[in-house]
Amino acid sequence: MKLKYLLPIVCFTLFFSCSTDDNDDTMLINEVENLQLIKTIENGDQSIELYNEKGMFETGYNMISLRIKDNNTNTYVEDATISWMPVMQMPTMQHSCPKSEITKAIGKDTVYQGFIIYQMTFEDGSGWSLTLDYTINDVDYSVTETINVMQYENQNTASFMGSDDSRYIVALIAPKAPSIAINNMKVGLFKMENMMTFPVVEDYTIALDPRMPGMGNHSSPNNTDLTYNSADHFYYGNLSLTMTGYWKLNLKLLDASGTVLKGEDVTENNESSSLYLDLEF
Amino acid sequence: MKMQLLVFLCLLVSATGFTQDQQEEAKKDTTKLEEVLIVSRRKFSNHRQEKTLSSIDDYLEKSNNVTMIKRGNYAWEPTVNNMVSQRLVVTIDGMQIFGACTDKMDPITSYVDVSNLDKVTIGSGQEGTENGHCVGGGIDLQLPTSKFNGSGLKSSIDLGYETNGNYKATGLDLEYAGNKFFISADGIFRTSDNYDAGNNKEVLYSQFEKYNLSLQTGYKFSETQSLDANIIYDKATDVGYPALPMDVSLAEALISSLTHHYTPENKALKTLETKLYFNTITHIMDDTKRPIVPIRMDMPGWSDTYGFYSKADVIKDKHHVSLNLNGFYNKSLAEMTMFSNNPNEPDMFMYTWPDIRTRYTGIFAKDAYYLNDNSSLESSVRFGLHNNRIAKEEGVESLGIFHDNVEDTKDRTLLSVASAYKYNKNNYKLSFGLGYGERAPSVSEGYGFFIFNSFDNYDYIGNPNLKDEKALEANFSFNQKFNDFEIGLQSSYFYIMDYIIGDLAPNVSSMTIGANGVRVYNALNHASIFDIYLNSSYKISERLSVNGTIGYNYGKGSNNKNLPLIKPFSYFAEFNYNTSKFNAALQLEGNGNQSNFSSLYGENETASYAILNLNLGHAFYGKNGKTILKYGIENILDANYSTYADWNNIPRQGRNFYVNLSYVFP
Repeated sequence: MKLKYLLPIVCFTLFFSCSTDDNDDTMLINEVENLQLIKTIENGDQSIELYNEKGMFETGYNMISLRIKDNNTNTYVEDATISWMPVMQMPTMQHSCPKSEITKAIGKDTVYQGFIIYQMTFEDGSGWSLTLDYTINDVDYSVTETINVMQYENQNTASFMGSDDSRYIVALIAPKAPSIAINNMKVGLFKMENMMTFPVVEDYTIALDPRMPGMGNHSSPNNTDLTYNSADHFYYGNLSLTMTGYWKLNLKLLDASGTVLKGEDVTENNESSSLYLDLEF
Repeated sequence: MKMQLLVFLCLLVSATGFTQDQQEEAKKDTTKLEEVLIVSRRKFSNHRQEKTLSSIDDYLEKSNNVTMIKRGNYAWEPTVNNMVSQRLVVTIDGMQIFGACTDKMDPITSYVDVSNLDKVTIGSGQEGTENGHCVGGGIDLQLPTSKFNGSGLKSSIDLGYETNGNYKATGLDLEYAGNKFFISADGIFRTSDNYDAGNNKEVLYSQFEKYNLSLQTGYKFSETQSLDANIIYDKATDVGYPALPMDVSLAEALISSLTHHYTPENKALKTLETKLYFNTITHIMDDTKRPIVPIRMDMPGWSDTYGFYSKADVIKDKHHVSLNLNGFYNKSLAEMTMFSNNPNEPDMFMYTWPDIRTRYTGIFAKDAYYLNDNSSLESSVRFGLHNNRIAKEEGVESLGIFHDNVEDTKDRTLLSVASAYKYNKNNYKLSFGLGYGERAPSVSEGYGFFIFNSFDNYDYIGNPNLKDEKALEANFSFNQKFNDFEIGLQSSYFYIMDYIIGDLAPNVSSMTIGANGVRVYNALNHASIFDIYLNSSYKISERLSVNGTIGYNYGKGSNNKNLPLIKPFSYFAEFNYNTSKFNAALQLEGNGNQSNFSSLYGENETASYAILNLNLGHAFYGKNGKTILKYGIENILDANYSTYADWNNIPRQGRNFYVNLSYVFP
C-alpha cells in the first residue's frame, strides 16, 4: 500500500535529479537538432560551426545556422555580432551573392541564422570562400575559409540581365516539400548593384506559369503572380501543382510600372520562358 | 452515428408494427404481386435464351429500358431510361459493389457471369430503390436461392463457339442438393480475339479473356432456418478497349456473402433474410499493348465494400409490406503513374480517386395495398444517411486546387418515395406511378481528379460540394390483349433537378496530352428525360408468332442542349417459330438517325442502321440426358455500323456464326 504511493515520488525525484544534471548538455544539443554540420572553421580560440538541413552548401537558397565555440571554455558564445561575405573567385574577377544579415535565431541562445543564395558554382564544387567577421566582448575577429558549394540538381535560382540592363538574381525558397495542391510559393529577388552588393528588389511582380514539359507542356489552374511582401522582403504567390513530377516554373519579371524586364509568355510556339525555375517532386 | 442508429431503430420499431398474424386471403395476394412493380424479371436458368452462353451484357440488352454502352467487346455499361451507372443502383443479390475503374471500364455486371445468377430484376426509376438510391432505376443481379429439395447430384456442360473473333466459351456446372445440405459449383471461361466489324474490318484491341468461378453452399438448421455461403471469383485479363486509349491487364473481383434465411410458418412475417457481405475489386488499366502513346501510364484502382442487409416480407390483411434495412462501407482508391519519356525526369503520379470512403445506412419500406381483386396501390419509401470522407490528405489538397472550400467529409440525407396505382383485369393492365428520388454524387463526380473521358475528350475534376441530384418521375404503362393480338405502351418521364454533368473550366489546361480541356462536375439547373415504347405481338398460329417494339427517347437540359447518350428512335421486330423441340427466330433490329445528338458532350450524329439476326435452337431429350443446341447468324448482311451507345463510334460486330451446345447429365 505504502509502496504504491512512494513509487511515483521516487520516480519523479529520480527523473528530476537526472535531468538537472544534464541540463546544459541537452540544451546545447537541442539547439542544432535536425540540422547537419556543414563545416567547422577553426580560428584560434574559436571554432565556428556551420549547419543546415542537408549538411552541405548547394546552389540556390541556403538557410544557414551557425554558432561559435570558445575553445578554451568549451562553451558556445551567446553574445557575438557576426557578419559574412561569401566570395566566388572567377578566372578574371571575383563576386559575391545575395545574402542576409546574421541574427540570433529566435528562441535560441547560441545559434545565429542567415541565408546565402549561391547563384553558381564550379562543377567540382570549388570557387567559393566565406569570410566571417565577428565581435565578441568588443574584440574583433575575422576568418576566411574556402567552402564547397555543390550544384543543385535543378535550376532553383536564376541570374539574368533585365531589359533595364541590370543584373538580377531570383531564387526559389518555398515550397520545400511540394504537394499536389495549391502550394505557397516564396521567392527571393535581388539586384546585382555591383560585384559585392545584392540588395533586395522591392515592389516588382513575378508572373508565374508552371508547366509540365513532359506532359504536353500543360499548365495548372489558379496560380497567382508573386508579389512583394514588405514585412520579410520576399515575394509570395500561389503555385498549383496537379501531379508529381518535373515542373518548369516559367516566370516573367515586371517592374513596379509593369514593364517586362525578363521572360516571355508560354504559348503554342514558345514552349518556355527564358526566365524559369525548376521543381521536382 | 448515434443519430443514425436512433433514426433507424425508430423506423424499425414502427415498421415491425406490421408483424402480426397472417390472414388467409393475403396469401392469394402475394402471387399477384409477382411482376407488377418490376419492369422485367427473367429467369436465367432455363435454356430459352437465344444463346445458352450469352453474356449478362447480351442478356440485359434484351430489356426495353436497358441499353448497353460499349467501349469494346467486353464489360458493357448498362443504362436504364437513358441514364448511366452513377444514376442507377446496380447490386448483386442486394449487395452493393462498386467498380474500381475511374473510366467505367468495369461495370458491376462484368464481375458476374450468367452461371452465377438466377434472375435479374430491373426496376425503372424509383421502382428500383429497394437496394439503394437512384434516379434512373435499379438492376439487381440475383443469385440462385438455396435448394434443399433432395434432388441429388446434377451436372451440365456448355460449349460455345463463334466465328467472329474466334470466340470460345466453356461452362461447367455441378450441384448436389440434399434435404439439409446443398453445394453447387460452376465455372465459365470465355476468350475472344479481335472481332471483325462489317466488311471484315478488324477492330484492334477488342480481345478479351475471362473466367469466373463460383461456389455456393447452404445448410438447413430447421424447417424455418437456413444459412447460405456464396463466393464468386471473377478474373479478366488482357481485355482490350478499342474505344479507349488504354486497355485492362487485370480486372479481378472476389464477391462473398453469408446469408441467413428465416421463413416462419403461419405468421404474418413471411421471410426474414439477413446477409453479411464483403467484396474486393482490383482493376489495372495499362497501355502496354498500344504501340504509340504520348506517354506510358498505369492506372490501377481498388474498391472494397463491406455491407449488410436485412429484409423482411410481411403480409397482413390486404397489405404486403417489404422492408429492407441495409448499410455498406466502401473504400475507393485509384491512382495514375505516368512514366516520363525523359529519363532524367521523375515519373509523375497522382491520385485519381484519393481513397474515398463512403458509408451508407438506410431503410426501405414498401407497401402493396390491394384495394380490390383488380387494383392495388403500391407505395415505397427509402431513407438513408450517406457520408463521404476523403481519407488521403492529398485528396483534400489536390481538389483544393479547383475548389475554394473542400471539406474532408460530407454528410447527406437521401430520400426516395414512389407510389403507383395498378389495375389488372383479364386482358387489360394499367399502371400509373409517381416518384421522387435523390442520389448522392458518385466517387468520380464528387472526388475524381483528372479523369479522362475519351467520349468528349475532356479531363474531369470532381466537385465535393455538389448538391444531391433529385428527380421527379411519372410513369405510365398499359397493356391490352385482343385474342391473339396484344398491344402495350410504356412510358416514363423524369424531371431531374441539379442534374450532375461536367462544366467547362475555361483556361484550365488538360493533363491528358491531346485532350480538349478540363471539365469540373457541376449541375444543370434541371434536365428532362422522356421515353416511350410501343410493344405489340401477334400470334399467327400455335407455332408462329410475331412481335415488335418501337421506342422513342428524348433528353434535354436546362441549357436547352441535348443530353448525351439518349437513344434515338429504335425498332425491333421478330418472327418466332416454336415447337417443344425446335425454335427459330428471325430478328430485325435498328435505330433511326441520331439527330438529337449532344455535340457539347462529344457526340456526333450516328447514322441509322438495321441488322438482321437468325437464331435457331434444337432440344434433344434422351435416356442419357438432355442436349440443347443453339446456333444462328448475327448481323446476316454483315452491316458495318455503330449505334449511339458505342463509345467513340467503334463499329459493332459484323456477320457472326455462332453455335452453343449444352448437355445436361441425367
